[in-house]
Amino acid sequence: MYAYDEIDRTLVNERVSEFRDQVKRRLSGELTEDEFKILRLQNGVYLQLHAYMFRVAIPYGTLSSEQLRRLAHIARRYDRGYGHFTTRQNIQFNWIKLAELPDALADLAEVGIHAMQTSGNNMRNVTSDQWAGVAPGEIEDPRIWSELLRQHTTLHPEFSFLPRKFKIAITASDHDRAAIKIHDIGLRLVKNEKGETGFEVLVGGGLGRTPFIAKTIKHFVHGRDILSYVEAILRVYNQYGRRDNIYKARIKILVHELGIEKFSREVEDEWQHIRNSSLQIDDSVIEDIRSRFTYPAYEKLPHMPDELRQAAADPEFEAWRKNSVAPHKVQGYSIVTISLKPTGGPPGDATAEQMDALADLAEKYSFGEIRVGHEQNLALPHVAKRDLPALWKALDKLGLATPNVNLITDIIACPGLDYCSLANARSIPIAQELTRRFANHELANLIGRLHINISGCINACGHHHVGHIGILGVEKNGEEVYQITIGGRADESAALGTLIGPGVKFDEVADVIEDVVEAYLALRERPEELFIDTVKRLGVEPFKERVYATR
Amino acid sequence: MTSPLEQKKIKIAGPSVVTANRTWDGIVVYRTAAKGWSVDLSDAAIVRNSDEAKALLAESVADDVGAVGAYIAPVQVDEEGKILPGNLREQIRRTGVTIGSQAQV
Ligand code: HEM
Ligand code: SF4
Repeated sequence: MYAYDEIDRTLVNERVSEFRDQVKRRLSGELTEDEFKILRLQNGVYLQLHAYMFRVAIPYGTLSSEQLRRLAHIARRYDRGYGHFTTRQNIQFNWIKLAELPDALADLAEVGIHAMQTSGNNMRNVTSDQWAGVAPGEIEDPRIWSELLRQHTTLHPEFSFLPRKFKIAITASDHDRAAIKIHDIGLRLVKNEKGETGFEVLVGGGLGRTPFIAKTIKHFVHGRDILSYVEAILRVYNQYGRRDNIYKARIKILVHELGIEKFSREVEDEWQHIRNSSLQIDDSVIEDIRSRFTYPAYEKLPHMPDELRQAAADPEFEAWRKNSVAPHKVQGYSIVTISLKPTGGPPGDATAEQMDALADLAEKYSFGEIRVGHEQNLALPHVAKRDLPALWKALDKLGLATPNVNLITDIIACPGLDYCSLANARSIPIAQELTRRFANHELANLIGRLHINISGCINACGHHHVGHIGILGVEKNGEEVYQITIGGRADESAALGTLIGPGVKFDEVADVIEDVVEAYLALRERPEELFIDTVKRLGVEPFKERVYATR
Repeated sequence: MTSPLEQKKIKIAGPSVVTANRTWDGIVVYRTAAKGWSVDLSDAAIVRNSDEAKALLAESVADDVGAVGAYIAPVQVDEEGKILPGNLREQIRRTGVTIGSQAQV
């Protein structure tokens, strides 16, 4: 866990009282909506189809039980009893009343939660690997560096009025769970030959209307130089970035237009001017942040406890364990992913009751800590293996033990036309239908790892470009039509998917996906060849033939 | 459903209303002939040509203490004069999410 310091607490509290005053002036008419909009966005408040939507940050995806209970309280007291976990380590509430928002913010501030950096053209919350600090083989806990960047960029004037929003993600593992290649800046912790910690720096990733996979601009930037290097990137961006056209204002467009060589030269020049400035990080600063992250007092436990050995005889437990439980850096412990993708449910939603119960389970089994990942699932980061069977039973009672993590029904979907005022088409009902079609666990397991990502418009909040199967809702003559791509991926080998053919209607989407999956099962060389690898080997043609032959 | 937030020119193809979200709680509302807002679509003022639409929108936008994000939305009026949402987006705004909602209204 991370303990905020006094400065942060004061800052958060000041923001709450400022906002209370602003809301009061808005409701009395003293502030117009035009004047108020930027202020509400700075506090995570959007206007959506049905109501205001309130987006709350979960920095680097780490929550305490106390904080999760407070989120449950917000859902219950100010909303309709549930919240929606997003792809950027935030949670959204869909039905918040503006008049009650200051109270909600105040309740959150008491437990160190806020909504800063969740909206507007500024530096957004820095995201990280949801397994940070517990993944075996990671270079070091990437949250230390996320926190450093958070402190440096929060409310920093230079980062608060950018041409567009700006997103950074950090990972410290070989397997990228933070999707760094689709961020404006992606940072991968590495060690150089001398064993010093630093970063491979990637820039220019992003989805939306013009998707790009980030490119590496420098293979090693020493940890102590990371702020000056990021600053140099932002200066070059601020200098060239197109404020005149919001579609062209993202750094990905700039990197594309200048070319990666010219862009990196410009950054290098800028960096040489500032690298030895006050931006150079003193070891003591890092040490101070490091000391604020505390780790549990792990016990010395056996690798294979009796409880686990006995439970292995239960096929239902095993089905869940195989997909949900991952190795931990400490022997005898595991990381448990909690699927927020029940059959027929909206991806990423959790009820207040589920949040409360999970907070209790985290206290009992995970040292009071919960994580949020970009796949819209949660995780308990420190579960003793001997407790896995008991935890599974408890999760199952709550409807939180769907054994589908990383399978075809573990779908990422944006809110789409059911909630979002920018949407062209619905996303959630498509996801729900697909989870019903593939509800048979044996079938889903037979298919193996397969990520379906769905967005309701080209803004790509549902990451459709990088889904193994991507589904994009568009509108044609007043009707919802869906374009389907295959072959995308969001991990260390990130790639954009390829369109398989003309769009299909709402009612046909699930049939088409079934055809794609059947084609894969027929085409794969052996059961271990994943969908994404079959597409890579054969291209889209055989899938296209299968889908469109009969349509 | 091209988002009406991208509405640039005001050109209406059939009967329309002005809709927005009520400022204090964000709930969907419709502009009434009495220059107020109602949560009930059947209270909405209907406009049938672009000039009427423009005037109703201007008046609605001016009342931003009452409601925010006002725009013109299509409706259908059946034989009995009942007003129905003109597209899926407006249908969802009127009747709620289509996802077998967990929303506890
Ligand atoms: C419902 C209200 C929402 C609105 C109005 C909204 C709006 C937008 C817009 C306009 C963009 C495009 C930015 C660009 O030009 O690149 C965007 C991108 C994005 N949104 Fe949302 N969004 C909403 C909800 C969500 C939710 C629920 C999620 C998470 C599931 C999400 C995650 C993202 C992500 C990850 C991107 C970045 C895509 C990229 O890398 O460029 N958004 N959003
Ligand atoms: S992708 Fe489009 S429809 Fe989906 S949440 Fe983002 S802006 Fe809304």
